[in-house]
Amino acid sequence: MTLNGWLQILVFAAAVLLVTKPMGLYILKVYDGTMRWLAPVERAIYRLGGVDPDEDQHWTRYAAGLLLFSAVSMLVTYAALRLQGHLPLNPFHRAGVTDRQAFETAASFTTNTDWQSYSGETTMSYLSQMTQLAFHNFASAAAGVAAAMALARGIARRSAGKIGNFWVDLVRGTLYLFLPFAFVLALLFAQQGVIQNFHPYVTATTLEGAKQVLAMGPVASQEAIKQLGTNGGGFFNANAAHPFENPTPWTNFLSMLAIFLVPAGLTYTFGRMVRRQKHGWALWSAMFVLFAAGVTTAYWAEAKGNPIHAAAGVDVAAGHGNPGGNMEGKEVRFGIATSALYATVTTDASCGAVNSVPDSYTPLGGMVPLVNIQLGELIFGGVGSGLYGMLVMAILTVFIAGLMVGRTPEYLGKKIQSREVRMAMLYVLIFPVVILLFTAASSVLPAGLKGLSNAGPHGLSEILYAFSSVTGNNGSAFAGLNGQSYYYNTLLGLGTLFGRFAMMVPALALGGFLAERKIVPATAGTFPVTSPLFVALLVGVILIVGALTFVPALALGPIVEHLLMNAGRLF
Amino acid sequence: MLKHQLRPAIVLTFALMVIVGLVYPGLVTGIAQLLFPRRANGSLVVVNGRVVGSRLIGQTFASARYFHSRPSAAGTGYDDTLSGGSNLGPTSARLDSMIVQAVDSEVRLDRAVKGRVPSDLVTASGSGLDPDISPASAALQVARVARARGLPDPVVRALVARHTRGRTFGLLGDPRVNVLALNLALDSVALPHDPRHPPVH
Repeated sequence: MTLNGWLQILVFAAAVLLVTKPMGLYILKVYDGTMRWLAPVERAIYRLGGVDPDEDQHWTRYAAGLLLFSAVSMLVTYAALRLQGHLPLNPFHRAGVTDRQAFETAASFTTNTDWQSYSGETTMSYLSQMTQLAFHNFASAAAGVAAAMALARGIARRSAGKIGNFWVDLVRGTLYLFLPFAFVLALLFAQQGVIQNFHPYVTATTLEGAKQVLAMGPVASQEAIKQLGTNGGGFFNANAAHPFENPTPWTNFLSMLAIFLVPAGLTYTFGRMVRRQKHGWALWSAMFVLFAAGVTTAYWAEAKGNPIHAAAGVDVAAGHGNPGGNMEGKEVRFGIATSALYATVTTDASCGAVNSVPDSYTPLGGMVPLVNIQLGELIFGGVGSGLYGMLVMAILTVFIAGLMVGRTPEYLGKKIQSREVRMAMLYVLIFPVVILLFTAASSVLPAGLKGLSNAGPHGLSEILYAFSSVTGNNGSAFAGLNGQSYYYNTLLGLGTLFGRFAMMVPALALGGFLAERKIVPATAGTFPVTSPLFVALLVGVILIVGALTFVPALALGPIVEHLLMNAGRLF
Repeated sequence: MLKHQLRPAIVLTFALMVIVGLVYPGLVTGIAQLLFPRRANGSLVVVNGRVVGSRLIGQTFASARYFHSRPSAAGTGYDDTLSGGSNLGPTSARLDSMIVQAVDSEVRLDRAVKGRVPSDLVTASGSGLDPDISPASAALQVARVARARGLPDPVVRALVARHTRGRTFGLLGDPRVNVLALNLALDSVALPHDPRHPPVH
């Protein structure tokens, strides 16, 4: 580890802190309706769609709208990918995507996961990339924030029973939140060398006389929303390690900041909405503690390097112009520190973009992204999903604190009773059930084992990572796993759907239930949700829920691999 | 309830698809092509009217006269249509033997000392297209390149120094040497006695 490495991490953390408040206030204006500079476009969309923007919806209606929109847009994408060969903006005449891959890709992008079993540069036409994949990058992000705002309204409002209008939240989130930021970020990216064109691929003749085909395409516009919307689906197979997606340390820094921008801001927005700014910062602090622990571990493990490779003659000590550490799968321009930082950020959030290859990380370095996902991606988290995941944990925390002192727990003045806790538990349980069941099945079924490219405990890590990633709607991969089969395409596609909707609906229900409750005044017996004690308890609850469910699987994967690596064992 | 919401679901899908899927990327393309056409089109390097590559995309160099790039897992090496890393894990025997081979070849070619081989020079990058090597990896290759070209070491070392980029704002990323730019600069050092490698203007 180097001083510069720590400085880069510190500067990034400071930047996240600095953008939280302004971003939080901006988001507030987007969703309370005061931002109006695209009002004509907005009105036209409502008129066409027959939407009454003033209608306030019950949670069931809100959820139905969200599910229906997701279903329709997923079907459209499935059709568009299947028919790709007959559609325009397809300079290389790419054929239609296969049925299994089109299903998986449509599910994956609709759910903000962006798990990719295809490789962009050889599968997708420019039209599919822009109007399907990048469209879902916007829409799924806006739907995620909408769900978070709905839950937040449920907590903030008194005796209302209504939690907002899904269509309005969707349109406003897309137009006012994601579109302008993506536009500016895309131009910043293009200025740094991220490509943005509709040209056919260019053939170059290298200095040694070989032919090299250079991939082209509208990359910057997609790269920007992929980060801002915590989507993570790369234009190219190598994702943000590809120099045309992420050419410089500056684009790398902007990308990481873009991933945390909305999720961090939302904690502030929430604090404002419930008129308890300190509670917003308490959530932020809990997220930050977990982020700091993750990046420290990953950076330490990757900088220390692999003793097996050191024995082969690699200099793993950084210095004198040598990056040292474990550089397999990492780019020179990013080095060890910002590769580890990026891997942490992208899995704290549900982004899943990668600027290095997680599969080639050291066992403990690679365990950080895996654990981040398994904790529920609520460390700042996905846009929207991070906040509602954290709020579910906060409710569990006050519930547990209430049990300890024998009082009916309350959260921000709302009594937490059995139906709220039931929804919170449903949310917490669906996640590990899907991951562990699918992982267990795949590690015994021949169809599951056929996809492995690494043997030994690393093979189990690959499968566990895949199902954690899709169910967590992350999308990053231990990409050695070959997910191109009916078995994996189907199961992974289903994983994304369960992980998104089977968890979002309980969160919306929770919002609906809480919206009906009146606010009771705080008493001396109310558990304070702004204190460091609350932050510590919240972090504790998150870690215990995560540890109880996943430690046995982790022990058989990365932990045992770490011990074997130190013993010099190869597979 | 669902029937009433079907219309907005369909209309909003297509309306937003047009706005963020066509208008937005179209606008970004227009402005990027106007303001930074060279970069938006791939930072192509053109020598004598021929595209020899992109400043951002690495390429394979096998000749002793050139600085070598890192090992690449993209296709058969630096294939920009098959980007990606090796995806081999830390206890992979295949990865270990690839690294052992790469170290041996560095020892043979550049008289590297086992145990002191820069970590980037014997490992594949994440993209398989890494355009850079670390300053240590460049330094290791100076003597061999100078010998092959009949140039004095300091001339080559000065070229490396000129093509070494520090951290952005003195802080971000790692110092690096762009291999294609460095090798192009090498080729343009006048060598009147070698007609096979005419100077490039």
